[in-house]
Amino acid sequence: MAKMMYREAVQNALFAEMERDENVILLGEDIVGGMGTDGGPEAIGGIWSTSVGLFGKFGPDRVIDTPISESAIIGAAAGLALSGKRPVAELMFADFIGVCLDQIWNQVGKFRYMFGGKTKCPMVIRMAYGAGFNAAAQHSQSVHQILTGMPGLKVVMPSTPADVKGLLTQSIRDDDPVIFLEHKALYASSGEVPEGDYTIPFGHARLARAGQDVTIVATGLMVGFCESVADRLAPEGIGCDVIDLRTTSPLDEEAILDSVEVTGRLVVVDEAPPRCSLATDIAALVGQKAFASLKVPLTMVTPPHTPIPFARELESAYLPSADKIEAAVRKIMAWR
Amino acid sequence: MQLSREALLRAYRQMRVIREFEERLHVEIMTGEIAGFTHLYSGQEAVAVGVCEHLDHEDKIISTHRGHGHCLAKGCDVGMMMKEIWGSREGTCKGKGGSMHIADVAQGMLGANGIVGAGAPIAVGAALAAKLDGGGRVSIAFSGDGACNQGTTFEAMNLAVVTKAPCIFVFENNHYSEHTGWKYAVGTGSDIAGRAEAFGMRVWRGDGTDFFSVYETMRDVLEHVRGGNGPAAVEFDTERFFGHFEGDPQRYRGKGEIDRLRKVRDCLTKFRTRVTGADLLADGDFGRIDAEVRDLIEKSVSEARSAARPTADDVLSDVYISY
Repeated sequence: MAKMMYREAVQNALFAEMERDENVILLGEDIVGGMGTDGGPEAIGGIWSTSVGLFGKFGPDRVIDTPISESAIIGAAAGLALSGKRPVAELMFADFIGVCLDQIWNQVGKFRYMFGGKTKCPMVIRMAYGAGFNAAAQHSQSVHQILTGMPGLKVVMPSTPADVKGLLTQSIRDDDPVIFLEHKALYASSGEVPEGDYTIPFGHARLARAGQDVTIVATGLMVGFCESVADRLAPEGIGCDVIDLRTTSPLDEEAILDSVEVTGRLVVVDEAPPRCSLATDIAALVGQKAFASLKVPLTMVTPPHTPIPFARELESAYLPSADKIEAAVRKIMAWR
Repeated sequence: MQLSREALLRAYRQMRVIREFEERLHVEIMTGEIAGFTHLYSGQEAVAVGVCEHLDHEDKIISTHRGHGHCLAKGCDVGMMMKEIWGSREGTCKGKGGSMHIADVAQGMLGANGIVGAGAPIAVGAALAAKLDGGGRVSIAFSGDGACNQGTTFEAMNLAVVTKAPCIFVFENNHYSEHTGWKYAVGTGSDIAGRAEAFGMRVWRGDGTDFFSVYETMRDVLEHVRGGNGPAAVEFDTERFFGHFEGDPQRYRGKGEIDRLRKVRDCLTKFRTRVTGADLLADGDFGRIDAEVRDLIEKSVSEARSAARPTADDVLSDVYISY
């Protein structure tokens, strides 16, 4: 085991996979930085420092710094994938899917099916998402609800450095297009990461805390909030089963349903807006398949149905927090 | 003219296959037997064939919604394409793609595409792969006067120049973006190639109703791009003999326009006139090919009509599903 930051785990997985397989190609805006400047290349290595040192090691043909052209980045990745490569494209902010959604949704997500299964499209689209930096409405969003709703895409949301490495390695080796969502508020978080080469299969949730009284389902940044709530409530005898989904597509239905069967209580925590979302999707799943197990109505902790505000007070009011999750758990435990 | 007798016969046959395929579809679609949207390529055959006769399966192309001609010229199987358009599970894409999504990646055909302008960025990616692999392979984005107005096309051209990708942007100017005239929709008035040139690549122009103009222009373009000089663009002036889609009443056409185009701008007639005039092929050669192609298309239609239909189970294959 080695202790490393979430962002280092990204770089670590990219480095290892590029070394292992010469077909792995990176492309994105400023993933090298400094191209065409007096300062020279490798000025930054990605604005999140996730590709530091890769240009120097693998060169300009495999680490392609692109203009600010999101449609061209995703389209070029698709063309590389159809031509036998394993591209990893970076969208600097997840919010920028709005610029290139056609390529993600109408192109890469559909090739395998639309072409009758005769081709594959092995590519990863990495993107930084999430609130917490007062980056306001166009640089803070959680877009997994949009992408999870699109057939043909797999959607990954790691919450720890160890999961970043195992899931990103799996994403690069996967033969389908994978959306890899990195929470920007987690980049500087640290954790133990196993040495060497390992993968984490998609569709297998992680049990972050075990408990018998209430099931809490979460992803990404929300997982840590839920863990701290579980730790706060444990001394009071309230046992929280905290499920970190890891991937929203495929979804580990079994982990959710098995837990709800035991606890009979469900709190879904989601950083995305509340309508037609991951939270409502899980609520519907439990309503269809575990209704009889529910002792009380399920509840959701989400932001309101508004754009993300800028000011510190406003963003805090907007975002789910440990306190809000704790309140929801207490309420559901007190329900009768 | 440097083409051998065999090459001339082959070029004519390829154009004739496309023409016969499309003219037959035009008739069959009227009966209501074929589902969905179909966009026919008749009139533009010289472009697809004049380009693709220079390529083999290791070169890549990506096409448009008007893709049958490019697919056939690049080597997709006639019978399987017809079955795909009929929606058979024996079709190129098992009936899951249809007219707008015929693809055969093994043949270097990265797909027809239902989104105008979506192909150009993908072609750049295929070109980057070719560059990484070495060997002088190229990737070609077929686009039209409609797609030349899409931002994706601009992004793709710039990225190709920046990365020196061996990508060729072929603009088939058939003078109509769907139902709108290009003189209205293309702001530069009379010049698509000039736009590409402004992105920093070398450009060519040719007559897209003349196979020899296309073929000879492409020889120069390919020599340039295969030589490692980065991307290039070509504008071919051509004609569309049918509507934007089958069923289009074409009220935007001038009086007698289509009759005139078929009379003076038909690439097959032009080819035949030029080749027989130079005593390179005889009337008998054309007659033989025409009959053979008619039989081929007849057979493909009758086989498509009786080919196996997909079942409800087929909805769920060829995609990962977790729900």
